[in-house]
Amino acid sequence: MDFSLFLLQLLNSVQYGLLLFMLAAGLTLIFGIMGVVNLAHGSFYMLGAYVAWSLSSRLGSLTVAILLGAVLAVAFGLLLERLLFRHFYHRDHLDQVLLTFGLIYVFEEMRSILWGDDVHGVNIPATLGASIPLTENLSYPVYRLFMSGVCIALALALYFLISKTRLGMKIRAGAFNHDMTEALGVNIKRIHAIVFAIGVGLATIAGMIAAPISSVYPNMGSQVLIMCFVVVVIGGIGSVRGALISALLVGTVDTFGKVLLPQIAGMLVYMLMAAVLLWKPEGLFKQ
Amino acid sequence: MSVAKSHLEVLPRSLQLLLVLGLIALAAFPFVSTDFYAAMMARMMILAIFAMSLDLLQGVTGLVSLGHAAFFGIGGYFLSLVSTDSGTVSLWWTLPGAVLASALFALVIGFFVVRTHGIYFIMVTMAFAQMLFYLVFDNKEVSLLGLPLRLGGSDGVYINLKPDAALFDLENRKVFYFFTLACLVLVYLFLRRVLWSPFGRVLAGIRVNEHRMRALGYGTFGYKLAAFTLAGGLAGLAGYLWGAQTGFVNPELMGFHMSAHAIMMVILGGMGNFAGAIVGAFAFEYLLHLFKDAPDIGGFRAGKHWQLWMGLFIVLVVAFAPRGLLGLAERVLRSKGEHRG
Repeated sequence: MDFSLFLLQLLNSVQYGLLLFMLAAGLTLIFGIMGVVNLAHGSFYMLGAYVAWSLSSRLGSLTVAILLGAVLAVAFGLLLERLLFRHFYHRDHLDQVLLTFGLIYVFEEMRSILWGDDVHGVNIPATLGASIPLTENLSYPVYRLFMSGVCIALALALYFLISKTRLGMKIRAGAFNHDMTEALGVNIKRIHAIVFAIGVGLATIAGMIAAPISSVYPNMGSQVLIMCFVVVVIGGIGSVRGALISALLVGTVDTFGKVLLPQIAGMLVYMLMAAVLLWKPEGLFKQ
Repeated sequence: MSVAKSHLEVLPRSLQLLLVLGLIALAAFPFVSTDFYAAMMARMMILAIFAMSLDLLQGVTGLVSLGHAAFFGIGGYFLSLVSTDSGTVSLWWTLPGAVLASALFALVIGFFVVRTHGIYFIMVTMAFAQMLFYLVFDNKEVSLLGLPLRLGGSDGVYINLKPDAALFDLENRKVFYFFTLACLVLVYLFLRRVLWSPFGRVLAGIRVNEHRMRALGYGTFGYKLAAFTLAGGLAGLAGYLWGAQTGFVNPELMGFHMSAHAIMMVILGGMGNFAGAIVGAFAFEYLLHLFKDAPDIGGFRAGKHWQLWMGLFIVLVVAFAPRGLLGLAERVLRSKGEHRG
């Protein structure tokens, strides 16, 4: 592997890792703070991609579609939390698994009814369509850099929100001791709703910005969900920092695996997960 | 935990009677029904074996596996791998072989997953099953020690002939039906026996409080691994029968929808007593059949969108019937008895 190819794979690894982080962060936050296992998390990613395709083909602009889609996603998340998830916070994990599995079916069919079962492509906005030269014989698409930029910006915003703001303090307190925080006068229900909406928002935005690269297709939700599980298991449930490091690790192993060991590329990340489990059954950064 | 509360380990007389009536109905079924429905019933019985094998983990031991279909699939693929296009293979070594192969995979995977708890267990079992799913999905053929293994990729593989049992002819639909029924009854009796053995009591103890069992001196890792291996082997038996019955295996058998359906069957019937898993498997498959057959409503093709009804149904069951159909039946039967008494 020469240097420019290595550089290309490295950039792709980071980009894929950051995208996985957006998804895994929501999954791990919702679990860490509310104790809810959300199998339908991948469905939000899928819905995001379809919304981006549907809106951008009507409005003619992916940027507008993403901004509008993000608002819709957060509203949808808040509605879903109020109607359904709120009643399952104190239920068994098994019940949550089944509830959200049922939701996967509902979302998949809503998608099928609204948008059909075809694969669709989404155009990269003209302003981001260029490539920038990295070495003599290698140029890198601007859109992929843009994706990474969005992910980093959102990751930083999330970090700032959780560790520096008053709301973040309440979120952390709620995760640490739910009853005590409530007794101190914090409206924990609202905190939960906000965290859920953040998780849904991140997953949907990930789907929307990934749409031009991965194209839009029916099974995309469950594929990405399983990768998220791997990331969360390696990183340790409830740890956002763990999710970041493990997402980058998984992104690297997956991307380089496809180039260096194509025969077993599909299994490499699972082998990584198995190795981590042997070493640390609770993940690398269990809180 | 509701897992502990929702138990009906000791089946009341009334429910035992119901089971015997069910068995008689199953035995009479192929004589009064068409081949199509008898084949559907045979598939339901096979899925009931699969659901019972999961119940050993989920209902008895308290381990919710979202990857149990992996072992179901291995059983089916074992049959397809040893089958040839033209000749038949003997039932008497391929069936134990499929069970052993699935149990062996379960032992290896169990070694990794059994160390984890609760939600980790759910995620990790699913991830391992998905690994096997993609191994089969992405590869038309793999070679193992120079031996080519035909996996068929996403298209799956046809199994042209049913296994040869020498003593009876499995190609005869009725014979196959009764062979499946015999497997169902034997697995049920075996699992009931296991449930009330000292081993089964330890598993039930682990479900209620694993820390206490460890404090009492039980090596819970070994017990859980044994349960996982046994459950995997029995799931392999079901998968083998499925492959023989349908004459076809594909990656979907290992997919996470299949695993989730098994969980749903166990919940729907009632956990921890194996009878519930049987009832749940029949009920779930029947509903699936109904949803897929749903008529068009105006221009809306309700049958094509069966997953929507299934999804809503699952959500409703989880919300309103956590003790399952058997729990419901028991309550109804008991209240009637009280009126009489």
